[in-house]
Order: sequence, then C-alpha cells, then structure tokens
Amino acid sequence: MTLLLSVLEQGMIYAIMALGVYITYKILDFPDLTVDGSFPMGAAITALLISKDFNPLLTLPICFAAGAVVGILTGIIHVKLKVRDLLSGIIMMTALYTVNLRIAGRANLPIYNKTTIFDNDLINGIFPEALKPYKTLLVIFVITMISKYLLDWYLRTKSGMLLRAVGDNDGIITALGVDKGLVKIAGLAIANGLVSLGGCVFAQQQRYFDISMGTGTVVIGLASVIIGTSLFKRVTILRVTSSVVIGSILYKGCVALAIKAGFPSTDLKAITAVLFLLILVLGNGQKRKVKIHA
Amino acid sequence: MLELSHIYKYYNPGTVNELCLFKDFNFRVEEGEFVSVVGSNGSGKTSMLNIICGSIPVDSGTITVNGQDITQKKEFRRMQSIGRVFQDPAKGTCPNMTILENMAMAENKGKPYNLSRGVLKKREEHYREMLRPLNLGLEDKLHVKVGSLSGGQRQAMSLLMSTMTPMDFLILDEHTAALDPKTAEINMQLTDQIVRQKKLTAIMVTHNLRYAVEYGDRLVMMHLGEVILDKRGEEKKKLAVDDILKIFNEISIECGN
Repeated sequence: MTLLLSVLEQGMIYAIMALGVYITYKILDFPDLTVDGSFPMGAAITALLISKDFNPLLTLPICFAAGAVVGILTGIIHVKLKVRDLLSGIIMMTALYTVNLRIAGRANLPIYNKTTIFDNDLINGIFPEALKPYKTLLVIFVITMISKYLLDWYLRTKSGMLLRAVGDNDGIITALGVDKGLVKIAGLAIANGLVSLGGCVFAQQQRYFDISMGTGTVVIGLASVIIGTSLFKRVTILRVTSSVVIGSILYKGCVALAIKAGFPSTDLKAITAVLFLLILVLGNGQKRKVKIHA
Repeated sequence: MLELSHIYKYYNPGTVNELCLFKDFNFRVEEGEFVSVVGSNGSGKTSMLNIICGSIPVDSGTITVNGQDITQKKEFRRMQSIGRVFQDPAKGTCPNMTILENMAMAENKGKPYNLSRGVLKKREEHYREMLRPLNLGLEDKLHVKVGSLSGGQRQAMSLLMSTMTPMDFLILDEHTAALDPKTAEINMQLTDQIVRQKKLTAIMVTHNLRYAVEYGDRLVMMHLGEVILDKRGEEKKKLAVDDILKIFNEISIECGN
C-alpha cells in the first residue's frame, strides 16, 4: 500500500514535469536537455524559500515563472544565436548546475519541520485523521490536474494552435505572418515552467533539495511521454496530456517494482536508463508492426 | 503593385562556385494582374519568388510594394500581406491538425494569435461552405487530420487557406507540379476561380506551358536571370503553346542541350 501510494505521488509529481517534456519533445520536436537543470532549479528555489518560512503556495507560481525564464534563455540561444537544439539544452543544463548551487547555497538543503503545501494549517485542518495518509497524494493530484487542464486549455487557444503548428510544419508559421522563433521560445518557456513547477512540488514532498536530483530528469520525462503516447494511441477519449500523466505513473511503477525485486536503490538511475531503452526499442517494434499492417 | 528594381543576386560569393543569377534585374507587376512565369530550371523563377517573399536576401536593389520599400523587411512580416502556395502540398498545411484547426488558424492571419479560443463552433458552417465548391468531399471531413488527405486535397486546402485573408498578392510556386494531371487541372481551375473572384494580384510560376497560355493575363518567360519574353493583353491571347515551345527549344540549344 505504501508502495502504491508513493508510486502514485511521485508518478503524478513527475507527470507535471513530463507535460513540459511533452511540449518540447512531441510538439516542438526539440530534444530539450534544459530540464535536467530546470527541475532541480524549481527544487532549489522552493527549498530556499521554504527554509525562510515563505508562503509555500506562492512557491508554485514563482517556480513556474523561474522555469519559464530559463526556457526563454534556451530558446534565445537556439533561435537568436542559432546554436543547435541539443547543444542549447546542454549549455543551459550545465550552467544551471552552478546556478542551483548558488540558489540553495549548498549541495543539500533539507526543509524538515517547515510549512509546505502538504503540511500547513489549512490542509491539516481540512483532512480528517482517517485520510491523513492520503493528503499528500490528493494535493499532488489537484496540482497535476490543474496543470494538465491549463495546458489543454492553452493548446486550444489561438496561441496554442500556433505552438502545435510550429512543430508540425514551421513553414506555415512564417506563411501566417508570425515569427516562428518567438513561437518556439514561448513553447520552451511553458515547457520549462512546468518542469520547474514539478521540481517545486517534488522538493516539498521529499522535504529536501539535492543538487543531484535533476540527473536523468529528461529520461524520466521522455519515458513517460513515450509510454503514454504509444500505449494510449488508439484511445481517443483520453486527451494526450492525460496519457502522459498515466505514462508517468506507469513508469514510476516499473521503477518501483524493479527496486522491490531486490535491486539496491543506488541502482536507480541505471534502472531508469535501461527501462527507457526497453521502452524505446519496444516502441520501434510497434511502429514496424503498424507499417506492415498499413 | 509590386516592383523589383536593379536586383543583384549572387550565390556562393567569393568561391569558385560563384554564380551570378540576377544582374540588374527589373520586374513589375500591376495591381490585379495574373502573371504566369515560365522558364527552364535555373532560370531564376523560384529565386525571384523567394526574393519577393524575403526567403532569400538580395545583394542589392529594392523591392517595393504599393510604393513602400520592403527590401529590409523580414520574411514573416512580408508574409502578413502575401499569400503563398508551394509546390509541395505538405508545406501549406499542418498534417497533425484537423481541417477545421488548419482553416481556423489560416483565417486568423493578420490578427493577433492570443489566448482566445482557437476554433469557433459558429464558424464551422462557414468553413463547410468554403470547402463544398471544391467537390472533394472535404466539407464532411472537418475533424479529420490533414495528414490523411491526398496530395491534391491538401494542395486545394493550401490554396484555400492562403487566400482566406486579404493580401497584396498571391504567390503560386509551381503549385500543380506535384499533382497528377487530373488533380492538377482541378487545382488550376480552382486557382483561376479564386484569383478572379477575389480580384487578386497573382504571380504563378509553372512548368506547364498550357496553363501558362490558358490562364492569367500576362505571360513572362525567364532565362538565366532575365526576362526574355513578356506578353500581355491581346498579344498574350494570341500566344499558343507551340510558340513558347519554339522559344524554349531555341534557348535550350543555345545552352548546348
């Protein structure tokens, strides 16, 4: 039960981040490695603010905004300075390592016994004693769903339609008289905003910031997106964003099962990577099958 | 009115592959004219269109539209008042978006793409009315992704989408070349109909000499970056495909083909 609870909690936190990766990887067709830096940045900002007894609810919009700024910088490096997409992300990811250390002041910043979005007078007051074990999960659920629905809403606005179009056929953006570079930068801003928001929630759930917590974020994000979008390809009732959320939970479940099967927790990153490889290879097999049928 | 004056364009300047395409090139299109442009490969037809749209820069010379110098204007800014249909049907539409979404996006050209709703339900009937005359059955496929349409259907969509909003002129870049003869014919008739109906100024580059002769009210032939034939009005009406073919053969022999 505790295992299921922790899978759901972490899966849904990482889902917020995965929604961001979905924008860059699936919509923009931009392999954005910035997320390995913007996820822990959200965590670092949150840990710093919470340790100074800042209102935990306000850390959410602050982290989103900070992530958006980072996304804009990646976008400017790529669009205006004409650096290749992969390299733009690597540059930002590397620079953010130092930035995150500067923000937190050190490599590890615990925030035990502090007021967080999961542990404050309001939340503790609402939840009856019997539901206490589930309050973290419910708060995460609400935040993830709000993020998902806001993203769904945005993608259906005029501006959101342009974002979907730019990854599909960027020539048409120019033909519509719009600067395609700006659309890409906007997409990266929203994506990294979501990733940083994920880091913010993660830090409050784990109650610490650690400089290494960002390593492999992009792999987790990509795995969630690929699981979600390939498993639920034919289910049209589900919006793609919902499949990404479910994909993230499934992925966390797989990792948790591997740990439960006896792997030491120090093997976590290797398990993450191997699972991702498996998903990619299986995904390719599926594609081939579709081609034969077509 | 569109005017290209004293255009110079070199490719690969400063290298052994240096190629001078345009040397003091001048071209003028009057308001409401439908110009067909023909010429062999490398004659500069597509380069001319790219220069007009700002897809490639010029080395010197000016481009003016309605008296306004647009030479320094960025491509996407110029496109706000230019419609363009490409040879590749895939270039004019978004494959992963539905017909409805594609049309809604095109209809908003020139206006801000803000946070208001992208697809309005009340416009659906209007889009259906626009698609019905094409006789391609697209009016019943509003919620189908454009990627699953045929090349001809997609090109008809591109044409429709690029002419939904007011513009200074329409650029047709060999837009029937990738289609089979029958589909090409349908698209060409549709083009003519739209240009006449909306009284558009249009520049059409084509390899199909028959289209160039039959459609449009001015015919221009280009060769090695120069206009070598320019007929309009009555003179153009008297032109036959064979006449143009003859000139074509002459210049080809000159080039040693």
